[in-house]
Amino acid sequence: MSTRLPITKTPKCYVGGAFIRSESARTYPIREVDFVANIPQCTRKDVRNAVEAAAKAGPGWQKRSGYNRGQILYRLGEMLEARKAELAEAVSLGSKKTDNPTKEVEATLDRILYYAGWTDKYEQLLGSVNPVAAPFFNFTVTEPTGICGVIAPDDSPLLALLSLILPIITSGNAVVAMASETRPYPAILLGEILATSDLPGGTVNLLTGFRKEMLPTLATHEHIRGISAVATPDERKLLHTAAADSIKRVHTLPSESPIDWQTTQSLQAIANFVEYKTVWHPIGA
Amino acid sequence: MKPSTTKPAARTKRPPRTSRGPSARELIFGDLWEFDPAPETADPRIESSYGLFIDGKFMPARKGRTFPSISPGNEKKLTDLALAEAADVDTAYHAASKACEKVWSKLPGNERGKFLYRIARLLQDRAREFAVAESLDGGKPIKESRDFDVPTAAAHFFYHAGWADKLDHLAPGRQVTPHGVVGQVIPWNFPLLMLAWKLAPALAAGNCVVIKPAETTSITALKLCEIFQEAGLPPGVVNVVTGAGETGAAVMTHPLASKVAFTGSTEVGKAIMRSLAGTGKKMTMELGGKAANIVFEDAPLGQAVEGIINGIFFNQGHVCCAGSRLLVQESIADEVLTQLKLRMQSLRVGNPLDKNTDIGAINSKEQLTRITELVKSGITEGAELYQTPCRLPSKGFYFAPSIFSKVTQSHRIAREEIFGPVLSILTFRTPDEAIEKANNTSYGLSAGVWTDKGSRILKMASQLKAGVVWANTYNKFDPASPFGGYKESGFGREGGRQGLLDYCKLS
Repeated sequence: MSTRLPITKTPKCYVGGAFIRSESARTYPIREVDFVANIPQCTRKDVRNAVEAAAKAGPGWQKRSGYNRGQILYRLGEMLEARKAELAEAVSLGSKKTDNPTKEVEATLDRILYYAGWTDKYEQLLGSVNPVAAPFFNFTVTEPTGICGVIAPDDSPLLALLSLILPIITSGNAVVAMASETRPYPAILLGEILATSDLPGGTVNLLTGFRKEMLPTLATHEHIRGISAVATPDERKLLHTAAADSIKRVHTLPSESPIDWQTTQSLQAIANFVEYKTVWHPIGA
Repeated sequence: MKPSTTKPAARTKRPPRTSRGPSARELIFGDLWEFDPAPETADPRIESSYGLFIDGKFMPARKGRTFPSISPGNEKKLTDLALAEAADVDTAYHAASKACEKVWSKLPGNERGKFLYRIARLLQDRAREFAVAESLDGGKPIKESRDFDVPTAAAHFFYHAGWADKLDHLAPGRQVTPHGVVGQVIPWNFPLLMLAWKLAPALAAGNCVVIKPAETTSITALKLCEIFQEAGLPPGVVNVVTGAGETGAAVMTHPLASKVAFTGSTEVGKAIMRSLAGTGKKMTMELGGKAANIVFEDAPLGQAVEGIINGIFFNQGHVCCAGSRLLVQESIADEVLTQLKLRMQSLRVGNPLDKNTDIGAINSKEQLTRITELVKSGITEGAELYQTPCRLPSKGFYFAPSIFSKVTQSHRIAREEIFGPVLSILTFRTPDEAIEKANNTSYGLSAGVWTDKGSRILKMASQLKAGVVWANTYNKFDPASPFGGYKESGFGREGGRQGLLDYCKLS
């Protein structure tokens, strides 16, 4: 029997391209019968810091060509592929007997590739040249909405989290995401994978902690322009009420009905967080 | 023409010749000559009273309450309208729901389209009559209601009619179905056009509608209901309820509405969003704006001045996308200001029904008060006001075309939507400064760019946070062109494929 004691990892959140613990220095333990790790219990101040990081990174990410964004997302797939086994183990923490962590990790990889392929194509489907009845060249293009909040569910803690994040960053938005509260470990690993993926720091920011502590700030922060959430009826009411103050774009899925994350991917998910801009120009000499 | 008997007060001197060469000869109307009145005389055929249009029939409100509709041009009463209360709105929703289930959603798309084509044609047949009614009721100049509002309204029905049997092409790979019953509330600035703008895509997609026009401008909506009857539109497909804010709230919050669409102020839009939070209803919001109209030194100046005038004085400035913040490059600011003042002097303000009128009546006393109050704040805060020395009619609600120079970004007139013929002028030096100033607002509906340089237009267009960008033009609209805002100017689009999709459910 080996006597060597392994080095355990201190879980950290990935914000602004750096690994942070909560500014509050608080943590909460996750257990699998035995103790597993202490997870950062992020605060509303951490949410605001993450928004600031996203605001810095957003314009640069938006400016990248679709082709470049596609390659970076593909690179994310490469990085994730290399840590499949470790991720499956993280997904298995707190999972139900019927769950299949390996299948979830593989589905996550396919999802990354799905959206990597969209980055330089969605514009041709969502935008248009409009045949107006006057001598004008008139076209509609999409632009990212801005900084978007993501609120991930506890089920499928890796696949669901990325299924919500990916369509948002595909079009050049930046994200502040709240990972699953009860199964946060995959998000901790995801941060490490994002850090090695060429995705500019601050484009995706991952926070762990308690929903009830962070959700109101995410809902009311005026620099967050959109929210994609899996939420309870009460949370949905809160999110939509708070959204009215700054006319946020809020798209929610009910947490009370089961979601088949294996199939939840679409062009519409990208369209939910773009703005349409129509430009008119006279045709003449 | 006859010579004027009185000479109006101080006028701006002609500008000195600039380096651009000798200026062209210009006619300054109003100095020596006056137009004879040229009123449009077509009969608007307005009934003495109108009921609510529910289930294909006009009916009084359940409690029998009514309210008068006056003409803002002369403050005379035009008709009495029924005041719908929650119970009436409920009746309308049930009629819509029944029509949706039994008739409208069962019709093949091409048959739905035929009704829309018919409506477009019948509206074109009675275009002049509708234009006069619109100008009488809302105060806009007849040349605008005749040449813009009514034809564009017909165009919206015509355009969307053709979509009704092509919905499968809207979202490849997805199944497209209507929402069911849609609740809509529209504003008073383009009464008939907004109505068409809202109804046509909703109906083409297979929805039935309960719609509330603005309380000051309901007449053309009710006249259009006559056309629905003549077109044989199945009862209940469109229901029009009239009234003010309370009626509107009832329309927006009714449980049978699976989607609501609102055009109006940002403040009311936010209130609607709050009241619907947690209901899961789909929404689209077309809200306020404070558009920047940016003029670079290399712009074709004559065209730019016309564009600025059209941008702010079109429809008395009652336009959510009005170019109400003029950003002029510093090097040409003086010249632009001089030319603007000169051009403003030839604007004719007065009787909306006169074919020579450029600027008609302010829509309501309430709106006139708001404009007056904001203009006062501009003076108090230190901006420099210029108003044309025109004579305003003694009866009715009128406001002289106004421009403020020396405006700073902190002034209320540079931040708040005035919704009147009032322009605020700011200056900038570099394109970056122009972008920063233009985007320094919580609104994001529209913007204008004037420059001779194509690459600059595209760069500016991509950096402006606005849903519509007009380059070397302004205030252009088309049913095929998506319209809608960024940020607090709302979400969702109206017009084009993108707009129609907002009236469809994807599965």
